[in-house]
Amino acid sequence: MARNLTAAQRVALARDPGRTSPLDYVQGLFTDFFEQRGDRLFGDDAAIVGGIARFHGQPVSVICTRKGKNLEENLKMHFGMPEPEGYRKAQRIMTQAEKFGRPIFTFVDTPGAYPGMDAEERGQADAIARSLALMSRLTVPMITVICGEGGSGGALALAMGNRVLMLENAVYSVLSPEGFASILWKDSSRVEEACGVMKLTAQDLLELGVIDEIVPEPENADGLGARLRIMDGALMKQLDAVKRLKDPARHRQEKFAAMGGAWIRGGNT
Amino acid sequence: MSGLFESRRSKFLELRLRRKGSGVPFSPKPGMDPLFEKCPRCGRAVSKLDWYKGLNVCPGCGLHRPITAYQRLSMLLDSGTFREINASLTGRDPLQFPGYRDKTRGLHQRTGLGEAVVTATGKIDGMPLVVAVMDSRFLMGSMGVAVGEKVARAARYAQKKKLPLVIFCASGGARMQEGILSLMQMAKTAAAIEEFQRAGGLYIACLTNPTTGGVSASFAMLGDITLAEPEALIGFAGPRVIEQTIGQKLPEGFQRSEFLQDHGFIDAVVPRSKMRDTLVQLLALHTGKRR
Repeated sequence: MARNLTAAQRVALARDPGRTSPLDYVQGLFTDFFEQRGDRLFGDDAAIVGGIARFHGQPVSVICTRKGKNLEENLKMHFGMPEPEGYRKAQRIMTQAEKFGRPIFTFVDTPGAYPGMDAEERGQADAIARSLALMSRLTVPMITVICGEGGSGGALALAMGNRVLMLENAVYSVLSPEGFASILWKDSSRVEEACGVMKLTAQDLLELGVIDEIVPEPENADGLGARLRIMDGALMKQLDAVKRLKDPARHRQEKFAAMGGAWIRGGNT
Repeated sequence: MSGLFESRRSKFLELRLRRKGSGVPFSPKPGMDPLFEKCPRCGRAVSKLDWYKGLNVCPGCGLHRPITAYQRLSMLLDSGTFREINASLTGRDPLQFPGYRDKTRGLHQRTGLGEAVVTATGKIDGMPLVVAVMDSRFLMGSMGVAVGEKVARAARYAQKKKLPLVIFCASGGARMQEGILSLMQMAKTAAAIEEFQRAGGLYIACLTNPTTGGVSASFAMLGDITLAEPEALIGFAGPRVIEQTIGQKLPEGFQRSEFLQDHGFIDAVVPRSKMRDTLVQLLALHTGKRR
Protein backbone atom coordinates (compact mmCIF):
# COMPACT_ATOMS: atom_id res chain seq x y z
CA MET A 1 0.00 0.00 0.00
CA ALA A 2 1.13 3.50 -0.83
CA ARG A 3 1.38 4.99 2.62
CA ASN A 4 3.46 8.12 2.34
CA LEU A 5 1.97 10.05 -0.51
CA THR A 6 1.31 13.78 -0.42
CA ALA A 7 -2.24 15.05 -0.85
CA ALA A 8 -1.36 16.31 -4.34
CA GLN A 9 -0.04 12.86 -5.32
CA ARG A 10 -3.28 11.30 -4.15
CA VAL A 11 -5.28 13.83 -6.18
CA ALA A 12 -3.30 12.71 -9.24
CA LEU A 13 -3.93 9.03 -8.43
CA ALA A 14 -7.64 9.67 -7.85
CA ARG A 15 -7.90 11.26 -11.29
CA ASP A 16 -5.79 8.69 -13.16
CA PRO A 17 -7.84 7.65 -16.22
CA GLY A 18 -6.60 4.08 -15.77
CA ARG A 19 -7.93 3.88 -12.22
CA THR A 20 -10.47 1.20 -11.39
CA SER A 21 -13.81 2.92 -12.00
CA PRO A 22 -17.05 2.71 -10.04
CA LEU A 23 -18.54 0.70 -12.89
CA ASP A 24 -15.66 -1.80 -12.61
CA TYR A 25 -16.60 -2.36 -8.99
CA VAL A 26 -20.28 -2.71 -9.83
CA GLN A 27 -19.55 -5.20 -12.60
CA GLY A 28 -17.05 -7.08 -10.49
CA LEU A 29 -18.97 -7.31 -7.23
CA PHE A 30 -22.63 -7.56 -8.20
CA THR A 31 -24.47 -10.18 -10.23
CA ASP A 32 -27.71 -10.14 -12.17
CA PHE A 33 -27.37 -6.41 -12.85
CA PHE A 34 -30.39 -4.87 -14.55
CA GLU A 35 -29.80 -1.28 -15.61
CA GLN A 36 -32.60 1.21 -15.11
CA ARG A 37 -32.46 4.21 -17.38
CA GLY A 38 -34.01 7.64 -17.42
CA ASP A 39 -35.56 10.02 -14.97
CA ARG A 40 -39.09 9.84 -16.49
CA LEU A 41 -39.04 13.61 -16.76
CA PHE A 42 -36.51 14.61 -19.36
CA GLY A 43 -34.00 11.99 -20.38
CA ASP A 44 -31.25 9.60 -19.43
CA ASP A 45 -27.89 10.84 -18.18
CA ALA A 46 -25.03 8.55 -19.12
CA ALA A 47 -22.83 9.94 -16.33
CA ILE A 48 -24.89 8.06 -13.76
CA VAL A 49 -25.57 4.33 -14.05
CA GLY A 50 -28.05 2.61 -11.79
CA GLY A 51 -30.23 -0.40 -11.44
CA ILE A 52 -31.09 -3.56 -9.55
CA ALA A 53 -28.57 -6.31 -8.86
CA ARG A 54 -27.60 -8.98 -6.38
CA PHE A 55 -24.90 -8.69 -3.78
CA HIS A 56 -24.01 -12.16 -2.52
CA GLY A 57 -27.43 -13.27 -3.63
CA GLN A 58 -29.40 -10.47 -2.01
CA PRO A 59 -31.31 -8.02 -4.25
CA VAL A 60 -29.98 -4.49 -3.86
CA SER A 61 -30.08 -1.20 -5.74
CA VAL A 62 -26.81 0.13 -7.12
CA ILE A 63 -25.96 3.59 -8.40
CA CYS A 64 -22.59 4.77 -9.69
CA THR A 65 -21.05 7.60 -11.64
CA ARG A 66 -19.26 7.01 -14.94
CA LYS A 67 -16.55 9.04 -16.66
CA GLY A 68 -16.19 6.91 -19.77
CA LYS A 69 -13.28 4.87 -21.10
CA ASN A 70 -12.51 6.81 -24.27
CA LEU A 71 -12.83 10.37 -25.51
CA GLU A 72 -16.19 9.80 -27.17
CA GLU A 73 -17.61 8.41 -23.93
CA ASN A 74 -15.85 11.10 -21.90
CA LEU A 75 -17.62 13.79 -23.86
CA LYS A 76 -20.99 12.09 -23.66
CA MET A 77 -20.62 11.71 -19.92
CA HIS A 78 -19.03 15.14 -19.40
CA PHE A 79 -16.08 13.33 -17.79
CA GLY A 80 -18.31 12.01 -15.07
CA MET A 81 -20.16 15.23 -14.31
CA PRO A 82 -23.87 14.44 -14.00
CA GLU A 83 -26.72 16.49 -15.38
CA PRO A 84 -29.87 17.10 -13.29
CA GLU A 85 -31.60 14.15 -14.96
CA GLY A 86 -28.82 11.93 -13.64
CA TYR A 87 -29.62 12.92 -10.07
CA ARG A 88 -33.34 12.57 -10.76
CA LYS A 89 -32.74 9.07 -12.13
CA ALA A 90 -30.85 8.27 -8.95
CA GLN A 91 -33.79 9.58 -6.92
CA ARG A 92 -36.12 7.30 -8.83
CA ILE A 93 -33.91 4.30 -8.17
CA MET A 94 -33.58 5.16 -4.48
CA THR A 95 -37.31 5.64 -4.03
CA GLN A 96 -37.89 2.29 -5.67
CA ALA A 97 -35.27 0.61 -3.50
CA GLU A 98 -37.16 1.92 -0.49
CA LYS A 99 -40.45 0.58 -1.84
CA PHE A 100 -39.05 -2.91 -2.29
CA GLY A 101 -36.88 -2.87 0.82
CA ARG A 102 -33.56 -3.11 -1.02
CA PRO A 103 -30.36 -1.74 0.51
CA ILE A 104 -28.67 0.90 -1.66
CA PHE A 105 -25.03 1.01 -2.73
CA THR A 106 -23.57 4.13 -4.34
CA PHE A 107 -20.10 4.38 -5.90
CA VAL A 108 -18.87 7.90 -6.55
CA ASP A 109 -16.13 9.27 -8.78
CA THR A 110 -17.03 12.70 -10.13
CA PRO A 111 -15.30 16.08 -10.43
CA GLY A 112 -18.72 17.58 -9.59
CA ALA A 113 -22.11 18.29 -11.10
CA TYR A 114 -21.96 19.45 -14.72
CA PRO A 115 -21.72 23.26 -14.84
CA GLY A 116 -23.39 23.78 -18.20
CA MET A 117 -26.20 26.00 -19.46
CA ASP A 118 -28.56 23.10 -20.01
CA ALA A 119 -27.90 21.78 -16.51
CA GLU A 120 -28.80 25.16 -15.02
CA GLU A 121 -31.92 25.46 -17.18
CA ARG A 122 -33.14 22.11 -15.92
CA GLY A 123 -32.40 22.91 -12.29
CA GLN A 124 -29.09 21.44 -11.20
CA ALA A 125 -29.47 23.04 -7.77
CA ASP A 126 -33.01 21.72 -7.42
CA ALA A 127 -31.97 18.21 -8.43
CA ILE A 128 -29.11 18.07 -5.93
CA ALA A 129 -31.16 19.61 -3.10
CA ARG A 130 -33.94 17.07 -3.62
CA SER A 131 -31.47 14.19 -3.68
CA LEU A 132 -30.09 15.32 -0.32
CA ALA A 133 -33.57 15.65 1.17
CA LEU A 134 -34.55 12.23 -0.17
CA MET A 135 -31.44 10.46 1.10
CA SER A 136 -32.02 11.92 4.56
CA ARG A 137 -35.33 10.10 4.89
CA LEU A 138 -34.93 6.79 3.00
CA THR A 139 -36.00 3.95 5.27
CA VAL A 140 -33.61 1.43 3.71
CA PRO A 141 -29.90 1.32 4.59
CA MET A 142 -27.42 2.93 2.24
CA ILE A 143 -23.68 2.48 1.78
CA THR A 144 -21.54 4.94 -0.17
CA VAL A 145 -18.03 4.42 -1.51
CA ILE A 146 -15.95 7.37 -2.73
CA CYS A 147 -13.82 5.62 -5.37
CA GLY A 148 -11.85 8.43 -7.00
CA GLU A 149 -12.80 12.09 -6.99
CA GLY A 150 -15.54 13.21 -4.63
CA GLY A 151 -16.16 16.64 -6.07
CA SER A 152 -18.42 19.03 -4.24
CA GLY A 153 -22.23 18.94 -4.17
CA GLY A 154 -22.27 16.78 -7.27
CA ALA A 155 -20.63 13.98 -5.27
CA LEU A 156 -22.53 14.57 -2.04
CA ALA A 157 -25.81 14.22 -3.98
CA LEU A 158 -25.05 10.48 -4.18
CA ALA A 159 -23.13 10.13 -0.95
CA MET A 160 -25.34 10.38 2.13
CA GLY A 161 -24.85 6.76 3.15
CA ASN A 162 -25.33 5.34 6.63
CA ARG A 163 -21.74 4.34 6.04
CA VAL A 164 -19.41 6.33 3.82
CA LEU A 165 -16.30 4.44 2.75
CA MET A 166 -13.40 5.89 0.87
CA LEU A 167 -10.63 4.26 -1.07
CA GLU A 168 -7.18 4.98 0.28
CA ASN A 169 -6.20 7.21 -2.65
CA ALA A 170 -9.57 8.80 -3.27
CA VAL A 171 -10.16 12.47 -2.47
CA TYR A 172 -13.32 14.26 -1.38
CA SER A 173 -13.58 18.04 -1.18
CA VAL A 174 -15.80 21.10 -1.22
CA LEU A 175 -14.46 21.97 -4.67
CA SER A 176 -11.46 21.12 -6.81
CA PRO A 177 -8.02 22.19 -5.54
CA GLU A 178 -7.74 24.30 -8.71
CA GLY A 179 -10.98 26.11 -7.88
CA PHE A 180 -9.95 26.49 -4.26
CA ALA A 181 -6.64 28.12 -5.20
CA SER A 182 -8.24 30.39 -7.75
CA ILE A 183 -11.05 31.54 -5.44
CA LEU A 184 -9.13 32.00 -2.22
CA TRP A 185 -5.75 33.08 -3.54
CA LYS A 186 -6.71 34.29 -7.02
CA ASP A 187 -3.87 32.09 -8.21
CA SER A 188 -4.71 28.78 -9.82
CA SER A 189 -1.03 27.79 -9.94
CA ARG A 190 -1.02 27.16 -6.17
CA VAL A 191 -2.82 23.86 -6.64
CA GLU A 192 -0.32 21.76 -4.76
CA GLU A 193 -0.50 24.08 -1.78
CA ALA A 194 -4.31 23.93 -1.94
CA CYS A 195 -4.21 20.11 -1.86
CA GLY A 196 -2.12 20.42 1.28
CA VAL A 197 -4.46 22.68 3.25
CA MET A 198 -7.85 21.39 2.08
CA LYS A 199 -7.89 18.16 4.10
CA LEU A 200 -9.21 16.10 1.23
CA THR A 201 -7.49 12.74 1.72
CA ALA A 202 -9.20 9.69 3.16
CA GLN A 203 -7.10 9.93 6.33
CA ASP A 204 -8.04 13.61 6.82
CA LEU A 205 -11.72 12.89 6.33
CA LEU A 206 -11.67 9.96 8.70
CA GLU A 207 -10.20 12.25 11.35
CA LEU A 208 -12.82 14.92 10.61
CA GLY A 209 -15.59 12.35 11.05
CA VAL A 210 -16.82 12.77 7.47
CA ILE A 211 -16.16 9.15 6.45
CA ASP A 212 -16.38 5.89 8.38
CA GLU A 213 -13.76 3.62 6.85
CA ILE A 214 -10.75 3.70 4.56
CA VAL A 215 -10.62 0.87 2.04
CA PRO A 216 -6.96 -0.01 1.39
CA GLU A 217 -5.66 -0.12 -2.16
CA PRO A 218 -3.12 -2.71 -3.33
CA GLU A 219 0.20 -1.28 -4.46
CA ASN A 220 0.17 -2.60 -7.99
CA ALA A 221 -2.09 -0.70 -10.30
CA ASP A 222 -3.47 -3.64 -12.28
CA GLY A 223 -4.44 -5.71 -9.27
CA LEU A 224 -8.14 -5.59 -10.10
CA GLY A 225 -8.74 -8.95 -8.46
CA ALA A 226 -7.16 -7.80 -5.22
CA ARG A 227 -9.07 -4.52 -5.31
CA LEU A 228 -12.36 -6.31 -5.76
CA ARG A 229 -11.61 -8.76 -2.95
CA ILE A 230 -10.76 -6.00 -0.50
CA MET A 231 -13.82 -3.96 -1.49
CA ASP A 232 -16.07 -7.00 -1.28
CA GLY A 233 -14.93 -7.73 2.24
CA ALA A 234 -15.46 -4.11 3.33
CA LEU A 235 -18.93 -3.97 1.81
CA MET A 236 -19.99 -7.30 3.33
CA LYS A 237 -18.96 -6.15 6.76
CA GLN A 238 -20.69 -2.77 6.42
CA LEU A 239 -23.85 -4.25 4.94
CA ASP A 240 -24.10 -6.53 7.94
CA ALA A 241 -23.73 -3.55 10.21
CA VAL A 242 -26.26 -1.28 8.49
CA LYS A 243 -28.84 -4.05 8.21
CA ARG A 244 -28.84 -4.17 11.98
CA LEU A 245 -29.77 -0.46 12.25
CA LYS A 246 -33.26 -0.13 13.72
CA ASP A 247 -34.05 3.10 11.89
CA PRO A 248 -31.63 3.82 9.02
CA ALA A 249 -33.33 7.14 8.21
CA ARG A 250 -32.92 8.47 11.74
CA HIS A 251 -29.37 7.17 11.80
CA ARG A 252 -28.55 9.17 8.67
CA GLN A 253 -30.27 12.31 9.96
CA GLU A 254 -28.32 12.17 13.18
CA LYS A 255 -25.08 11.31 11.43
CA PHE A 256 -25.25 14.31 9.11
CA ALA A 257 -26.70 16.63 11.78
CA ALA A 258 -23.53 16.01 13.78
CA MET A 259 -21.16 16.97 10.91
CA GLY A 260 -18.80 19.68 12.09
CA GLY A 261 -20.28 19.69 15.59
CA ALA A 262 -16.81 19.74 17.12
CA TRP A 263 -16.16 23.11 15.48
CA ILE A 264 -19.17 24.94 16.92
CA ARG A 265 -19.22 27.31 19.87
CA GLY A 266 -22.16 28.91 21.62
CA GLY A 267 -25.85 28.80 20.77
CA ASN A 268 -28.98 28.63 22.87
CA THR A 269 -31.48 26.28 21.21
CA MET B 1 -47.29 54.94 2.41
CA SER B 2 -44.72 57.24 4.00
CA GLY B 3 -46.23 56.46 7.38
CA LEU B 4 -45.44 52.80 6.80
CA PHE B 5 -41.83 53.57 5.99
CA GLU B 6 -41.57 55.79 9.05
CA SER B 7 -42.73 52.95 11.24
CA ARG B 8 -40.30 50.56 9.58
CA ARG B 9 -37.54 53.07 9.99
CA SER B 10 -38.18 53.31 13.70
CA LYS B 11 -38.24 49.51 13.90
CA PHE B 12 -34.92 49.35 12.16
CA LEU B 13 -33.38 51.92 14.47
CA GLU B 14 -34.70 50.00 17.42
CA LEU B 15 -33.09 46.80 16.15
CA ARG B 16 -29.86 48.57 15.45
CA LEU B 17 -29.65 49.92 18.93
CA ARG B 18 -30.08 46.44 20.27
CA ARG B 19 -27.21 45.20 18.17
CA LYS B 20 -24.36 47.38 19.19
CA GLY B 21 -21.91 47.77 16.37
CA SER B 22 -24.24 46.71 13.58
CA GLY B 23 -23.58 48.44 10.29
CA VAL B 24 -24.87 51.91 9.71
CA PRO B 25 -26.57 51.52 6.37
CA PHE B 26 -25.81 54.67 4.48
CA SER B 27 -23.01 56.44 6.27
CA PRO B 28 -21.05 58.46 3.73
CA LYS B 29 -17.59 57.22 2.92
CA PRO B 30 -14.79 59.76 2.46
CA GLY B 31 -14.95 61.30 -0.99
CA MET B 32 -18.55 60.32 -1.52
CA ASP B 33 -21.38 62.75 -2.03
CA PRO B 34 -22.95 62.85 1.41
CA LEU B 35 -26.49 63.41 0.17
CA PHE B 36 -26.77 61.53 -3.10
CA GLU B 37 -25.57 58.14 -4.20
CA LYS B 38 -25.64 57.11 -7.83
CA CYS B 39 -27.37 53.90 -8.79
CA PRO B 40 -24.55 51.55 -9.80
CA ARG B 41 -26.63 50.32 -12.75
CA CYS B 42 -28.59 53.20 -14.27
CA GLY B 43 -26.43 55.99 -12.90
CA ARG B 44 -29.35 57.97 -11.57
CA ALA B 45 -28.47 60.19 -8.61
CA VAL B 46 -30.71 59.06 -5.78
CA SER B 47 -30.81 60.79 -2.44
CA LYS B 48 -29.75 58.79 0.57
CA LEU B 49 -33.18 59.32 2.00
CA ASP B 50 -34.80 57.83 -1.10
CA TRP B 51 -32.49 54.82 -1.02
CA TYR B 52 -33.49 54.42 2.57
CA LYS B 53 -37.22 54.89 2.05
CA GLY B 54 -37.13 52.64 -0.99
CA LEU B 55 -35.57 49.76 0.96
CA ASN B 56 -32.40 50.11 -1.10
CA VAL B 57 -34.21 49.65 -4.41
CA CYS B 58 -33.36 52.15 -7.15
CA PRO B 59 -36.46 54.26 -7.96
CA GLY B 60 -35.18 54.64 -11.51
CA CYS B 61 -34.35 51.15 -12.75
CA GLY B 62 -35.61 48.94 -9.90
CA LEU B 63 -32.19 47.54 -9.06
CA HIS B 64 -32.42 45.66 -5.77
CA ARG B 65 -29.21 46.43 -3.91
CA PRO B 66 -28.21 44.19 -1.01
CA ILE B 67 -29.57 44.97 2.41
CA THR B 68 -28.24 43.81 5.72
CA ALA B 69 -29.85 41.04 7.69
CA TYR B 70 -31.02 43.44 10.39
CA GLN B 71 -32.49 45.85 7.83
CA ARG B 72 -34.36 42.92 6.34
CA LEU B 73 -35.68 41.88 9.71
CA SER B 74 -36.77 45.41 10.54
CA MET B 75 -38.64 45.53 7.23
CA LEU B 76 -40.48 42.32 7.96
CA LEU B 77 -41.13 41.87 11.64
CA ASP B 78 -43.71 43.59 13.81
CA SER B 79 -42.13 46.14 16.08
CA GLY B 80 -40.84 44.70 19.33
CA THR B 81 -41.26 41.04 18.35
CA PHE B 82 -37.70 40.30 17.19
CA ARG B 83 -35.86 37.83 19.37
CA GLU B 84 -32.62 36.44 18.01
CA ILE B 85 -31.82 32.77 18.64
CA ASN B 86 -28.34 31.28 18.67
CA ALA B 87 -26.86 34.75 18.38
CA SER B 88 -23.70 33.54 20.07
CA LEU B 89 -23.23 30.51 17.81
CA THR B 90 -20.03 30.70 15.81
CA GLY B 91 -17.72 28.27 14.08
CA ARG B 92 -14.07 27.52 14.59
CA ASP B 93 -11.34 27.02 12.05
CA PRO B 94 -11.23 23.35 11.07
CA LEU B 95 -8.59 23.71 8.35
CA GLN B 96 -6.57 26.26 10.34
CA PHE B 97 -6.75 28.26 7.18
CA PRO B 98 -4.26 31.17 7.14
CA GLY B 99 -5.94 34.45 8.00
CA TYR B 100 -9.43 33.00 8.44
CA ARG B 101 -9.82 33.76 12.14
CA ASP B 102 -8.69 37.35 11.73
CA LYS B 103 -11.05 37.81 8.82
CA THR B 104 -14.14 36.60 10.68
CA ARG B 105 -13.17 38.59 13.76
CA GLY B 106 -12.82 41.74 11.67
CA LEU B 107 -16.17 41.14 9.98
CA HIS B 108 -17.81 40.64 13.34
CA GLN B 109 -16.47 43.98 14.50
CA ARG B 110 -17.40 45.82 11.31
CA THR B 111 -20.88 44.37 10.80
CA GLY B 112 -22.02 43.28 14.26
CA LEU B 113 -22.81 39.88 12.74
CA GLY B 114 -21.70 36.75 14.56
CA GLU B 115 -21.96 34.77 11.32
CA ALA B 116 -23.41 35.00 7.82
CA VAL B 117 -26.95 34.23 8.97
CA VAL B 118 -29.18 35.73 11.65
CA THR B 119 -31.87 33.44 13.04
CA ALA B 120 -34.75 34.72 15.09
CA THR B 121 -38.31 34.37 16.19
CA GLY B 122 -40.76 37.17 15.66
CA LYS B 123 -44.17 38.07 14.30
CA ILE B 124 -45.36 39.26 10.95
CA ASP B 125 -48.76 40.97 11.16
CA GLY B 126 -49.28 39.23 14.46
CA MET B 127 -48.40 35.77 13.11
CA PRO B 128 -45.45 34.15 14.89
CA LEU B 129 -42.69 32.50 12.87
CA VAL B 130 -39.05 31.50 12.83
CA VAL B 131 -36.96 33.46 10.37
CA ALA B 132 -33.41 33.12 9.10
CA VAL B 133 -31.79 35.92 7.11
CA MET B 134 -28.42 35.61 5.41
CA ASP B 135 -26.13 38.58 5.08
CA SER B 136 -23.81 38.76 2.10
CA ARG B 137 -21.44 41.15 3.88
CA PHE B 138 -20.12 38.21 5.88
CA LEU B 139 -17.84 36.31 3.46
CA MET B 140 -20.44 36.44 0.68
CA GLY B 141 -23.02 34.80 2.94
CA SER B 142 -21.07 31.57 2.57
CA MET B 143 -22.18 28.50 4.48
CA GLY B 144 -19.70 27.00 6.90
CA VAL B 145 -20.35 24.90 9.95
CA ALA B 146 -21.96 27.76 11.92
CA VAL B 147 -24.35 28.82 9.14
CA GLY B 148 -25.37 25.20 8.53
CA GLU B 149 -25.90 24.64 12.21
CA LYS B 150 -27.93 27.83 12.70
CA VAL B 151 -30.19 27.03 9.75
CA ALA B 152 -30.67 23.43 10.91
CA ARG B 153 -31.40 24.59 14.45
CA ALA B 154 -33.87 27.19 13.17
CA ALA B 155 -35.73 24.39 11.35
CA ARG B 156 -35.70 22.17 14.44
CA TYR B 157 -36.86 25.05 16.63
CA ALA B 158 -39.71 25.81 14.22
CA GLN B 159 -40.64 22.13 14.26
CA LYS B 160 -40.65 21.98 18.03
CA LYS B 161 -42.71 25.16 18.39
CA LYS B 162 -44.92 24.31 15.39
CA LEU B 163 -44.13 27.61 13.70
CA PRO B 164 -43.66 28.42 10.02
CA LEU B 165 -40.10 28.98 8.79
CA VAL B 166 -39.03 31.71 6.40
CA ILE B 167 -35.45 31.85 5.13
CA PHE B 168 -33.97 34.72 3.15
CA CYS B 169 -31.06 33.30 1.21
CA ALA B 170 -28.11 35.38 0.07
CA SER B 171 -25.02 33.31 -0.46
CA GLY B 172 -22.22 32.54 -2.84
CA GLY B 173 -22.27 28.92 -1.67
CA ALA B 174 -20.18 26.78 0.63
CA ARG B 175 -17.49 28.39 2.80
CA MET B 176 -14.23 27.37 1.14
CA GLN B 177 -12.17 28.17 4.24
CA GLU B 178 -13.87 25.36 6.17
CA GLY B 179 -13.34 22.76 3.46
CA ILE B 180 -15.30 19.53 3.38
CA LEU B 181 -17.21 20.36 6.57
CA SER B 182 -18.88 23.20 4.67
CA LEU B 183 -19.99 20.71 2.06
CA MET B 184 -21.49 18.53 4.78
CA GLN B 185 -23.70 21.45 5.86
CA MET B 186 -25.67 20.94 2.65
CA ALA B 187 -26.62 17.49 3.88
CA LYS B 188 -27.29 18.76 7.38
CA THR B 189 -29.58 21.63 6.34
CA ALA B 190 -31.43 19.62 3.68
CA ALA B 191 -32.09 16.86 6.23
CA ALA B 192 -33.35 19.31 8.86
CA ILE B 193 -35.66 21.06 6.40
CA GLU B 194 -36.97 17.75 5.08
CA GLU B 195 -37.78 16.54 8.58
CA PHE B 196 -39.47 19.84 9.45
CA GLN B 197 -41.61 19.70 6.31
CA ARG B 198 -42.58 16.08 6.83
CA ALA B 199 -43.75 17.02 10.31
CA GLY B 200 -46.18 19.44 8.64
CA GLY B 201 -44.14 22.63 8.87
CA LEU B 202 -44.47 25.40 6.28
CA TYR B 203 -41.16 26.54 4.81
CA ILE B 204 -41.05 29.61 2.58
CA ALA B 205 -37.73 30.17 0.82
CA CYS B 206 -37.00 33.74 -0.33
CA LEU B 207 -34.07 33.87 -2.71
CA THR B 208 -32.16 37.12 -3.01
CA ASN B 209 -29.08 38.15 -4.94
CA PRO B 210 -27.05 35.94 -5.06
CA THR B 211 -28.21 32.43 -4.16
CA THR B 212 -25.70 30.02 -5.68
CA GLY B 213 -23.57 26.95 -5.02
CA GLY B 214 -24.07 24.87 -1.91
CA VAL B 215 -26.86 27.03 -0.51
CA SER B 216 -28.91 26.92 -3.70
CA ALA B 217 -28.36 23.15 -3.93
CA SER B 218 -29.64 22.53 -0.41
CA PHE B 219 -32.14 24.45 1.73
CA ALA B 220 -32.74 27.29 -0.77
CA MET B 221 -34.42 24.97 -3.29
CA LEU B 222 -36.54 23.03 -0.82
CA GLY B 223 -39.26 25.55 -0.03
CA ASP B 224 -42.91 24.56 0.02
CA ILE B 225 -43.15 27.97 -1.57
CA THR B 226 -40.21 29.64 -3.26
CA LEU B 227 -40.09 33.39 -3.79
CA ALA B 228 -37.33 35.47 -5.30
CA GLU B 229 -36.47 39.14 -5.45
CA PRO B 230 -36.30 40.55 -9.00
CA GLU B 231 -33.17 39.86 -11.05
CA ALA B 232 -31.41 37.89 -8.32
CA LEU B 233 -28.67 35.55 -9.52
CA ILE B 234 -29.81 32.03 -8.65
CA GLY B 235 -28.09 28.84 -9.73
CA PHE B 236 -25.74 26.04 -8.85
CA ALA B 237 -22.67 26.87 -10.90
CA GLY B 238 -21.51 30.48 -11.06
CA PRO B 239 -21.76 32.27 -14.43
CA ARG B 240 -17.98 32.43 -14.84
CA VAL B 241 -17.58 28.70 -14.35
CA ILE B 242 -20.30 28.01 -16.92
CA GLU B 243 -18.71 30.40 -19.41
CA GLN B 244 -15.38 28.65 -18.98
CA THR B 245 -17.03 25.25 -19.48
CA ILE B 246 -18.98 26.09 -22.62
CA GLY B 247 -16.48 28.62 -24.01
CA GLN B 248 -19.01 31.35 -24.69
CA LYS B 249 -20.75 34.27 -23.03
CA LEU B 250 -24.03 33.63 -21.27
CA PRO B 251 -27.12 35.40 -22.57
CA GLU B 252 -28.58 38.37 -20.71
CA GLY B 253 -30.84 37.34 -17.85
CA PHE B 254 -29.44 33.80 -17.58
CA GLN B 255 -29.84 32.40 -14.03
CA ARG B 256 -31.85 35.41 -12.93
CA SER B 257 -35.07 35.13 -10.91
CA GLU B 258 -37.32 35.66 -13.93
CA PHE B 259 -35.42 32.96 -15.85
CA LEU B 260 -35.88 30.48 -13.00
CA GLN B 261 -39.56 31.33 -12.85
CA ASP B 262 -39.88 30.70 -16.59
CA HIS B 263 -38.15 27.34 -16.14
CA GLY B 264 -40.44 26.28 -13.34
CA PHE B 265 -38.27 26.58 -10.24
CA ILE B 266 -39.82 29.59 -8.52
CA ASP B 267 -43.39 30.35 -7.56
CA ALA B 268 -43.21 34.11 -7.78
CA VAL B 269 -40.82 36.98 -8.30
CA VAL B 270 -41.67 39.49 -5.60
CA PRO B 271 -40.27 43.03 -5.41
CA ARG B 272 -38.87 44.01 -2.05
CA SER B 273 -41.64 46.54 -1.47
CA LYS B 274 -44.23 43.74 -1.77
CA MET B 275 -42.35 41.04 0.12
CA ARG B 276 -43.88 41.64 3.53
CA ASP B 277 -47.44 41.75 2.16
CA THR B 278 -46.81 38.54 0.22
CA LEU B 279 -45.52 36.78 3.32
CA VAL B 280 -48.52 38.03 5.31
CA GLN B 281 -50.82 36.58 2.66
CA LEU B 282 -49.01 33.22 2.58
CA LEU B 283 -48.68 32.86 6.34
CA ALA B 284 -52.36 33.71 6.81
CA LEU B 285 -53.32 31.07 4.24
CA HIS B 286 -51.53 28.49 6.36
CA THR B 287 -52.47 29.57 9.87
CA GLY B 288 -56.20 29.92 9.52
CA LYS B 289 -56.07 33.62 10.18
CA ARG B 290 -58.84 35.50 8.40
CA ARG B 291 -58.05 38.62 6.44
